[in-house]
Amino acid sequence: MEEPPLLEIQNLSVAFGRSGDRTSVVEGVSFTIQPGEKLALVGESGSGKSVTALSILKLHDTTQTEYASGAIRFNGEELLQKSEREMRGIRGREIAMIFQEPMTALNPVYPIGKQLMEPLLLHEALDPRTARERVIGLLHKVGIQEPEKRIDAFPHMLSGGQRQRVMIAMALACRPKLLIADEPTTALDVTIQKQILELLDELQREFGMAVLMITHDLNMVRHFADSICVMERGKLVEQGRVSAVLESPQHPYTRKLLASEPEPLVSNEELAAFEQQAPLLVGNNVQCIFPIKSGFFRRTVGEVRAVDGVDIQLRPGETLGIVGESGSGKTTLGMTLLQLQNGDGAINFNGERIDAMSERDLRPLRKDMQVVFQDPFSSLSPRMTVEQIVGEGLALHFPYLGAGQRRERILHGLEEVGLDENMLHRYPHEFSGGQRQRIAIARVVVLEPKLVLLDEPTSALDISVQKQVLALLRDLQKRHGMSYLFITHDLKVIRSVAHRVLVMKQGRVVEQGATDKLFTNPEHPYTETLLQASLFREIS
Amino acid sequence: MSRHKSTSMGAAARAWHRFKSNRRGYISLWILAILFGISLFAEVISNDKPLIVSYQGELYFPLLKNYPETHFGGDFVTETDYLDPFIREQLMTGENWALYPLNPYNFNTINYFARSPNPAAPSDQNFFGTDDRGRDVLARLIYGFRISVIFAFAVTAMIVVLGMMIGAIQGYFGGRIDLVGQRISEIWSSMPKLYLLIILASIFHPSLGLLILLLTVFGWMGMADYVRAEFLKGRNMDYVLSARALGLSNGAIMRRHIMPNAMTPVITFLPFELSGAILALTSLDFLGLGVPPSTPSIGELLAQGKENLDAWWLSLSAFLVLVGLLMLLSFIGEALREAMDTRKG
Repeated sequence: MEEPPLLEIQNLSVAFGRSGDRTSVVEGVSFTIQPGEKLALVGESGSGKSVTALSILKLHDTTQTEYASGAIRFNGEELLQKSEREMRGIRGREIAMIFQEPMTALNPVYPIGKQLMEPLLLHEALDPRTARERVIGLLHKVGIQEPEKRIDAFPHMLSGGQRQRVMIAMALACRPKLLIADEPTTALDVTIQKQILELLDELQREFGMAVLMITHDLNMVRHFADSICVMERGKLVEQGRVSAVLESPQHPYTRKLLASEPEPLVSNEELAAFEQQAPLLVGNNVQCIFPIKSGFFRRTVGEVRAVDGVDIQLRPGETLGIVGESGSGKTTLGMTLLQLQNGDGAINFNGERIDAMSERDLRPLRKDMQVVFQDPFSSLSPRMTVEQIVGEGLALHFPYLGAGQRRERILHGLEEVGLDENMLHRYPHEFSGGQRQRIAIARVVVLEPKLVLLDEPTSALDISVQKQVLALLRDLQKRHGMSYLFITHDLKVIRSVAHRVLVMKQGRVVEQGATDKLFTNPEHPYTETLLQASLFREIS
Repeated sequence: MSRHKSTSMGAAARAWHRFKSNRRGYISLWILAILFGISLFAEVISNDKPLIVSYQGELYFPLLKNYPETHFGGDFVTETDYLDPFIREQLMTGENWALYPLNPYNFNTINYFARSPNPAAPSDQNFFGTDDRGRDVLARLIYGFRISVIFAFAVTAMIVVLGMMIGAIQGYFGGRIDLVGQRISEIWSSMPKLYLLIILASIFHPSLGLLILLLTVFGWMGMADYVRAEFLKGRNMDYVLSARALGLSNGAIMRRHIMPNAMTPVITFLPFELSGAILALTSLDFLGLGVPPSTPSIGELLAQGKENLDAWWLSLSAFLVLVGLLMLLSFIGEALREAMDTRKG
């Protein structure tokens, strides 16, 4: 295939910041895309992959950005030299883009049809009637049911998956030669992710366009892309055919990325031992129902059954994984079990009935049931030092400790999560995501709780960091005999750390059982769908 | 155990750093601090009693103790009038000496020995002239400045405490408490403040304490609104939920986790609250509804200036002090606002 490349990026460097004080974010990146090729740009957050892609369309804030060197040639034309006006002719028509977040990429005040027609009216000068017909055709093509009706729907009337489909339709409206997809499925549930990916694959073949896919998910790359570029800290470290790179990675960073898929950390043997012990946490028929109120008198007109009659048992030292897609009620269940959310049903913790207790009576018990949240950027008070954050619970639950003893415990806790005493006086904003999550874990561990609720503790982290944090959690569990309630949407993570798994859908438990058994032999069809979607058992 | 403070700066330290980088605001803060510091010693700077008197080999401290005129060779057993030319002469002759303050008038001293009729124009006797009752304008300005600033600090402090408490409770608990609180504060803020003050001033004996109380009672709503909004935002943060999970009481969560992050609007508005309070006091005094008659006040001086249009020194000096004070506060406020803007690095 010696035809000229569709897109050629040569030695591209990009720097951000005010002039005179710029930091380089992309350095000397070169790659090419052939017509009809599917290229994946892979890297962790901050590796410069999105910046590279946005440079192609020159979508950066021009006052803050400098293209220090390099060339971007599209169809033989130099894009970096083009004026903003000329670029406008290329954006959407020649090169289209879809973004990560379909919720915010559509304008909420216009019906989707109007937004879809816009590029057609603009670039192809169609009359409104033909444009509308084209849009209906497009919507049909991207798998929207009843496109004649949906064309007048507003974005909020569509689900996340449908919105992403609309975004794809919008991108394809002018039959671009190159489609840039920036993490197109990250914000979606796994089953939807799979559908969207299949759709992209299908459309790519039909339209014969090239796709530049930006992602951090190697599994997705394996099943979608032809070739791969791996980026690390602004530099392109490895590129080649997907099969070649993933089979025999040359660069240590690629190897590290590949090795960061979580591997099993728990064994089945432990399960039998757990059976002997009295359960630490028992929930019977746990419910959490939110009324829907409407009208002037706020009468209850309906209800949302976020958690609908869940029975749950957790034994000391055990990890129970709770999986489900967004809106399945898994976080609400966790919060209700810890009485951070009002609900119904009997909840016994450590032999005490806690669901009827007042907040005040519950407070001393809080020491034994702790939470680690998903987003380490918002779960630490920004105006407290690490010492204050970790020491707060100690001061509350161990008031008899002197200042010296308290500090000793804080240091010990930091040591346990792999941080050192230099960090005592720093503030959360000075740490990376992984370090922050370690601080959040240290805050929990110093209290020596019996139960920890982990609410997507690794979802906000890069995969290499994710693996470290999972290993740390498992390590701490073994050392302190804590029980974990592990909430996540990521089945790979669950397989790695959970002894038992509970699958939730629409507030109900559809299946629960030992991790091994559930993964190899799912009984409920929904579990099966979930497994297929997240582990790519079938696709391509 | 070695402790590394390292390079990390707290949010407050970084804000202070940003504040300092605004030269105008930083210098204004120093000027205001120095002026206020000096005015705290007004009794030593501007007083009708000498600081120390040495009379016939004995030391006297008239600032601290009252001495009858007979001590210094006078005829009456009343308190000495140290500005009386006869007494002055007594204190200055021979071995005797007296150390007078820089400006030898108290705010209430009536200069009975002025050379021209009151209000007297600036002269070497009275640097800024006298008002229509013969009192030294400079002395009244120094004392008036002090009272204005102290008054503003007191009102602002009370508004901040009250507003933050009410706003915090509204925002943190939300729901019905918030709803009721908002309606009360709306009704309260639509009360005609000035008329109420006039009515209350006529019922009660006007005093500085009463004014502070009234302005606080009618002034907390704005502050409560800002704090409420910050608390509404803050209570949904994950770190608040994790504090709850930690078992902290509501009070501790509000105080330790939300309050520090809700301080930005409070601190930003402090200088404006201060200048608002100063203006309020001045205008009340101007209308004659403010502090009791003999108290030194900038507003009262302005009112005198209006009554005596030909005595330009009255209105001009009061005007300059007021403008200077408000300008300093505005500059400080501007710098504070920039300091609270975390985007500025």
